Amino acid sequence: MSDKKNTVFLILQDNEEARPIIDAVEQDNPEANIQYQPGLVRMEADARLVVNRETVEENLGRDWDIQELHINLISLGGHVTEDEDQIELSWH
Amino acid sequence: MSIEISAKSITPIRKNYGHIEARFGDKKPASRYQEAVYDVQPTTNFHYRPLWDKDFELYDTSRTAIVMEDWYSFADPRQYYYGTYTIARSKQQEVAEHNYAFVDKRDLMDTIPEETKQAMRDILIPLRHVEWGANMNNCDITDKGYGSTICTVTMFNAMDRLGMAQYISRIGLLVDGNETTTLDAAKKDWMEAPEWQGLRHAVEDMFVLTDWFELMIAQNFVLDGLIFPLFFDRFERKLSAEGGATIAMLTEFMTEWYAETARWTNALAKVTAKESDANSQLLSEWVNKWTDRLVEAIEPVAIKAFGSEGADQLAEVKQELLARLGKQGLSV
Repeated sequence: MSDKKNTVFLILQDNEEARPIIDAVEQDNPEANIQYQPGLVRMEADARLVVNRETVEENLGRDWDIQELHINLISLGGHVTEDEDQIELSWH
Repeated sequence: MSIEISAKSITPIRKNYGHIEARFGDKKPASRYQEAVYDVQPTTNFHYRPLWDKDFELYDTSRTAIVMEDWYSFADPRQYYYGTYTIARSKQQEVAEHNYAFVDKRDLMDTIPEETKQAMRDILIPLRHVEWGANMNNCDITDKGYGSTICTVTMFNAMDRLGMAQYISRIGLLVDGNETTTLDAAKKDWMEAPEWQGLRHAVEDMFVLTDWFELMIAQNFVLDGLIFPLFFDRFERKLSAEGGATIAMLTEFMTEWYAETARWTNALAKVTAKESDANSQLLSEWVNKWTDRLVEAIEPVAIKAFGSEGADQLAEVKQELLARLGKQGLSV
């Protein structure tokens, strides 16, 4: 747990389906702190964390609907701004 | 009494196999694709040369003029290994099966006007022989190729081609109420009709190409890049406009398949051309050589399919293909 108040986080299951998403977060959020815990992967960042559809699609090699994120989502912290191309976590 | 349950996490001593670690590091566990596909081919300790080809080792990089520092620079963007490939294809197969059953049950073939049916018999059905040729060629690439990331892709490709040949055969059977009349006629066309001979000659010349990467270019880049957009996209649209939308339902897999295949051919062209100028030059040379040859070979079929527009349609498809390959760093 980070004690900073403006930390946002995204937690996904640690499995093959989530891997391209985790890789995409790693590529698009260089400052994000990614922790591999048993069964889950916790991605934390200061103030802002994004998942870009295009990056995930590149990692995955097929079209990806941003809603597919929910399949392996465990938890998230932050306000969600979502459109067809990206999902952004931040505090408003 | 209170019981305290504390979570204890055990970190494994090592996350990956040694050969995977050498490539991708030990920071996180390798993906299934990486474990299944990378460095599977042996590289050393070949005790005997194959009896049928004493000039080469069992796995030999010198079977092609293309030179790569690391033959594993290419990765399949779809990341197919046995599991993902079979799951993806079985989903598509279910849809296709359903479409065939639907067409059969509703007798939709009877709703197609006779001229449209004949156009399909003349153009689409003989393509099953092209697909079978593509299966042979991809098996050959898999046999001689180097780098298991490349060879898995071509083996899956070979199986896809057999599947597509079978889909076309089933269309041929459906249209005649399970009689083989159409299939026999298409075979005769493929063997004897003058408009098919150029293409047949080209496909048979590909069978005996010695450089597997040239075969890769000729078959998977150029021939497919012309045939699929021209016949399974443009010609199908024409048939649909003439009352043959049923046929498009039965060849939906081919359209999807080509869009998917373009992803890895693009990636392979890009990686190989980027490696060196010599590679890029060689690839461009092969693309130009086979585009010239195959456009000429396909032209009579295109004219038969589209009438006076045939040459223009083919020229447009050719431009699209060259533009796509140009983007990957080839000078074509």
